[in-house]
Amino acid sequence: MRSLFRPGSLPDPGILDNHRPLIRSLSRRGLLRGTLSLGTLTALTGCNVSNDASVQSALRAISAWNDKVQAWLFNPNKLAPTYPASLVLKPPEFNAYYDIEHVRPVDGRSWKLEVRGRVADRSPWTIERLAALPQYDEIIRHICVEGWSYIGEWSGPRLGDFLDRIGADTRARYVYFTTADDYPSSIDMPTARHPQTLLALTYARQTLPDPYGYPLRLRTSTKLGFKNPKWLTSIEVTNEYKGGYWESRGFNWFSGL
Amino acid sequence: MTLRQRVPKACLEISPPSLGRPVGRKLHPLPVRVMHWVNAVAMVIMIGSGWGIYNDSVIFHFLHFPHAIRLGTWAAQSLQWHFAGMWLLAINGLAYLTYGIVTGRFRERLLPIRWRDLVTTVRDTLHLHVAHEDITTYNAVQRLLYIVVILAGISQVVSGLAIWKPVQFSELTALLGGFQSARLIHFLGMSVIVGFLVVHVALSLLVPRTLLAMLTGGPKLGGGT
Repeated sequence: MRSLFRPGSLPDPGILDNHRPLIRSLSRRGLLRGTLSLGTLTALTGCNVSNDASVQSALRAISAWNDKVQAWLFNPNKLAPTYPASLVLKPPEFNAYYDIEHVRPVDGRSWKLEVRGRVADRSPWTIERLAALPQYDEIIRHICVEGWSYIGEWSGPRLGDFLDRIGADTRARYVYFTTADDYPSSIDMPTARHPQTLLALTYARQTLPDPYGYPLRLRTSTKLGFKNPKWLTSIEVTNEYKGGYWESRGFNWFSGL
Repeated sequence: MTLRQRVPKACLEISPPSLGRPVGRKLHPLPVRVMHWVNAVAMVIMIGSGWGIYNDSVIFHFLHFPHAIRLGTWAAQSLQWHFAGMWLLAINGLAYLTYGIVTGRFRERLLPIRWRDLVTTVRDTLHLHVAHEDITTYNAVQRLLYIVVILAGISQVVSGLAIWKPVQFSELTALLGGFQSARLIHFLGMSVIVGFLVVHVALSLLVPRTLLAMLTGGPKLGGGT
């Protein structure tokens, strides 16, 4: 079969004469030179640049600056949009730094939540004690740093109420969490006191299933998904920046929505 | 009759000195050149790192960006680049828009666009009658493409804000149809800009005088060009 790119009849050779100036300007050398400079520009911005130590520290410094900007943008009274129960995804999406078959369930009967740092009452908490606090329900969008999202329904006590109950120093800068799956995490105090920041005990009005953090996880409407640690084992109120699992690997700490 | 009436108006529009601008200024004044190249760097950073972020959760299953053209070895690095580059893009873009509006450069160089001129330019281009001897004025297609890419750049900043802060700017995100819709708009804006860049870079290499003009300032306007 004849090539689709070959003309049926030969073009008029007069076209060449009509377009001498254009043809002259299409100099091979010029194109080659241009391509080379473009290639250099691309190479300059390539992965090698990212791995340069000074570039990495500059990027980290800008990320820290972005933490400050986001803290400034954060409005403690601004509520995230909520959705009707019909949109709730069941079961929710699973995400962790390992696959779902490696989830190690936590025994709720022996589980205790430790309380540390700048607080008045350090007595540990059980599920029953947490369930006795005023419960709040929220149907919010979970947004992953990767770009996917889903709508989920979470309920439990407000972290703000919990902090009041344990006599936390609410002028402290951070609330730091440790978990049963070695996934440390920390958030800023204003976010911790946001009305849509819950210590979630249920999903879609059912006790949290094992893969989603039974018996207790953090669920905040104003931060990316990875800022919501599951299987909580301790809460610490502190002025010391302790970062988190993904933050120590280069992800932005504040990660506010 | 109509043609004759139009002549003085047309002269006014294409003749810079009559707009009260100093005679003898260059085609691309220094601020324009600086902002152009800062923007070029910002665009390369934003597009390359955006492709790295995109790959972590693709919108189209058939589309993954190869490692060689991504900025950042993995998502965390691409995100760092993207959220650093955004400052460069937004601040430089804001300066460029302010400059273009205040000095009248946009109105002078990008307007007016007439349907008839567009059709003529497209027809001439298809017949390979591309007039580029005079690089000091843009034809109708060029004007339209520059306006489209400026609007795409603005759209990227707006949709980027909607994705970055879907709670703090929830009204904006809702205006764009929600988080995933804003994400799609952000992707489409990138596609428009990349499409523009392919044509823009190819043409500047084919007519290197235009590339040179963006480095040196190009011919003087107003005088005997």
